[in-house]
Formats: sequence, C-alpha cells, structure tokens
Amino acid sequence: MLPKREATPMAERSPATRRTLWLVLSLVFAFLYIPIAVLVALSFNEGGLPTAWSGFSLKWYASLTGNSEILSAALNTLIVALVSTAIATLLGTLLAIGIEMRRQYGKGLEALIFAPMIIPDIVLAIALLSFFSMLNITMGLHTIILAHVVFNLAFVCSVVRARLKSFDWSITEASADLGASALTTFRRVTLPVILPAVVAGALLAFTLSVDEFIIAFFAAGAGRASTTLPMQIYAMIRFGITPEINALASIVMAVSITALTLSQRLNRGVIGQ
Amino acid sequence: MAPALAWLTALMVVPCALVLALAFFRRGTYGGIEYTFTLENFGLVFDPLYAGIFLNSARIAGTATLIAVVIGYAAAYAIAAAPRRLQPVLLFFAVLPFWSNYLIRTYAWIVLLNREGLVTQLLRWFGYTGEPPSMLYTEGAVIAGLVYNYLPFVILACYAPLSRLNPELAEASRDLGASALTTFRRVILPLTVPGIAAGAVFVFVLSIGNFVTPALLGGGRFQMIGNLVYDQFLTANDWPFGAALAMALIVIMLLVLMAQAIAADRASGHAAEARSNADG
Repeated sequence: MLPKREATPMAERSPATRRTLWLVLSLVFAFLYIPIAVLVALSFNEGGLPTAWSGFSLKWYASLTGNSEILSAALNTLIVALVSTAIATLLGTLLAIGIEMRRQYGKGLEALIFAPMIIPDIVLAIALLSFFSMLNITMGLHTIILAHVVFNLAFVCSVVRARLKSFDWSITEASADLGASALTTFRRVTLPVILPAVVAGALLAFTLSVDEFIIAFFAAGAGRASTTLPMQIYAMIRFGITPEINALASIVMAVSITALTLSQRLNRGVIGQ
Repeated sequence: MAPALAWLTALMVVPCALVLALAFFRRGTYGGIEYTFTLENFGLVFDPLYAGIFLNSARIAGTATLIAVVIGYAAAYAIAAAPRRLQPVLLFFAVLPFWSNYLIRTYAWIVLLNREGLVTQLLRWFGYTGEPPSMLYTEGAVIAGLVYNYLPFVILACYAPLSRLNPELAEASRDLGASALTTFRRVILPLTVPGIAAGAVFVFVLSIGNFVTPALLGGGRFQMIGNLVYDQFLTANDWPFGAALAMALIVIMLLVLMAQAIAADRASGHAAEARSNADG
C-alpha cells in the first residue's frame, strides 16, 4: 500500500501550469453552467425571446399558475414522487440493513440491486409496458409508482449501505443483552445512526422520481389523466420553445437542486461516490 | 429484505425475462403477438438497415465518450490540483448539474443552438450577417448534448484516483530524468485508468441506449437504438422485434461492463509496474 498523501497542491506548481489549470476549470464550469444560466435568465425576460432583453418580469411564472394542464401534471408528479419515495425508502432501508447485518454479499444479490441503476431506461420501460399489458393491468399513476420504486429502492439501498459499512453491529447485540426488543433496538440504536443516510436516500429518490421521464411515459398508459411533469415538458418541447417552458424548467431545476443539496449536506460524500 | 427483493423480482426480473421471451415470438398480422417460436427477430437485428443504426449509435456514443473523458479528465486533474479546502466545493459544483432534470438540460441546448438562439445572436453581435447556421438537428448537437449531460459523472469518476495519487511517484519519475509528458503517460495515466474506465463505461452505456437526446437534439433525423426500440413499441407495433433490439442493447451493455472489469484488472497490474518504474 502507498502511504496516503495529498496530491501536489497548486501552490507548488509553476505559474504557467497554475494558470492553465485554472483556465481548464473556468472553461469546464462555463460549459456546465452557461446553458442552464441562459435558460433561467430567459424565463425572467419580459419579451420571452432570446433575441432581446426587454426587461425583468415574472409574467411567465404567473402564466404557469393559470395553466390547468401544467398544474395537474405537477400534482401527478408530486403524488408519484411522494408515494414511490415512501415505499422505496422503507424497502430500500430494510434491504440495506438485511444485507449489511448478515453480511451476505452474493454476486447474484449484488447484481439484482445494481441492475436498476445501470439498465437502460428504455429497456425497463418497455419491459414494464409488456408486463402490465400482458397481465391486463390498467395503467395509470399507480403503475408509474410501482415502476419508480424499482430504481428508487436501489438508490436508497446503496446510500444506506454506504453508511452501514462503518456501523458497529456489536452495539445492537449489547442493546439486546440489556433486554431491549428488536424493535426498540432498531428504533433507539440503529435508526439514529442511519437516519441521515435514510433521509438523504429519500431526497435522492424524490428528485429521481420527479425528473424521470421515459419509464413514466411507458407506464402511464393511454390518456392524459396520468401525465407527469416531465411528460408534459417533453410534449411542450416537441411543440416548440416557449417562455412558459423556460419558467417551468427553472422551477423544476430549483426543486431538484435544493433537494440534492440538502441530501448532500445530510450525507456528506456518500452520494455519487 | 424479502419485500424489497420480491419487488425487484416482480417488477424488474420478471418483466425483463418476459421481454427476452417476447423476442422469440412472431409478430401477428395485426400487430399483436403470435406465439410461435422464431429466431427471425434476432436475424433482423443484423439486417444491414438495422445493423447500420447500431453502428451509427456506437459511433455517436463512442465519440461522445471520448470527448467527455478528455474534458472530464482534464477537469478532474485541475480539481485535484486545486487548494485542498476548495476541492470538495469545486467537485460539488461540477456534479450539481447532473442532478437536475435530464430533459431540461437537453432542452437548454435547443435554446442555445436553435436558429435564433444564443449562439446565432452572438455571431450576429460579432458582425456575422449571413444565414443563421444550422446547428440544431445535427449529429454534432446530439454529441454535444450527450457530453454535456454525462460530463459530471466522468469528472467524479476520474477525480477519485487522481486525488489519491502519491505525488512522490511523479517527483521520483522526474528526478530520474523523465519529461513531464513521459511521467504523465507512464506513471499518472496508468494509475488512474480505473477511474477513466468507470467514467467511459457510464457515458457509453447511457449514450448508446439514449432516447431523449437524439429525439430532441437530433430532431428524429438521427435514429439511435433507443429511438428504434421506442418506435417498435409505440408506433410500428412490432413488440417482438423491439424486444430483440432491447436484448441486443443489454448484450452490448454487458460486453462493455466486462471490458471495464478486464481494463480495471489490467490496470492494477500496470499500476504495480508504474510504481516500480517510478521507484527506479
């Protein structure tokens, strides 16, 4: 093993190298943030067109509140995200505890949990469509929820497992020895330790569900009743660029970025590692 | 444990097995499914028309992967070289866009690239007076969209090994007379291959099965496998063939994951070699 040491800090490099590295960083951040910034800026543009800035205005946000299609899609998305997150958080946390407590790391089990995170969305989408239609299940919000739990549960499980890796299981034994029931041990010993990870996993699941488009699109069935926000946005984009999309997009982005920032703060370093 | 595993089995394993089975049936005359065994759906996958779409998808995904890895590695290198206390902040902001809505990030490129979009406005501002350039609905737009959407993940994957790099190795290599380029090629690069491989696999797998980006930024003119699967299920109504295409996608994904495992395995051998190179 190599001794752990920090990489050469920038201060020890030549000024020319230092300038190049900062330039690379500035360019990459410009590439990542300019498209989003333009979108958000345009949503506040009175004229709504990218051609000219005609003054700051909230009128595109106001016009969203009068659009019943968008409001019903937003409500559907909220229902799907909340219910699927609740189920996935419960099941994913129990799964993580089950695996880490018994230290069962079978290859098949790992593959089963890893699969929903890597399987192409379109494949899972058509698989569920085939499955639901073969069983003659009427599709709607409930089938979207069933589908979203599949990948949400995998993400919650991986976030909670990361936290449990450093958990000392002997304290649960100590708790049992002192006469606590399994439930009390869970509630008073295990849960407080993993709670930040559980909440972080739930927030992650919530944003994944709010943003998910393809699987929802295939699992929604015919008709407009179960249109979710991403489906609504997709339909609007196909129709053309409108200032309303810019405003709606800015709101959705703000929601997911807030949820993710909270999740990251609660669970420093676990997400995305 | 049991409820979660049951959920995954009922709503992922069983449906996927169903798709696999579906691929062996025949398409009915009126678009339904005829339950007679056939291999012709898989034969059709290799038909020049569809094989062409596979190759096209692989080329677009490959180009996007290459660009994302080069930019992502450079960015990760710069972050790992930044002052220690700034690194978590830089990394957080590099990954943040990745967690916002995929559709919206793609839509942002339509806003930038359309004929009256920001890029055209900028060109005009610099004195360009000709026809607005057509940038949207090109292969370049699809590649730009894919790179944009998946770059954060490459940065994250490459940062991990780069931040753990022992600077003494690079110093030793230079002390022994190796140029900066040789040091990078023979010492730094081999030690960070696992990160590059993980990032590359992610971008490639997600790009080749992508549906949204080709549909929105390619304007339907650049069909990729994802769009083809979509069409079989929702417009052409040939589910068995769509199922065969989806299975081909899974096979490609598994092959790429195996290649990554092999690359990571080799890298651990090369890493040992790189260390002995640096140690003299």
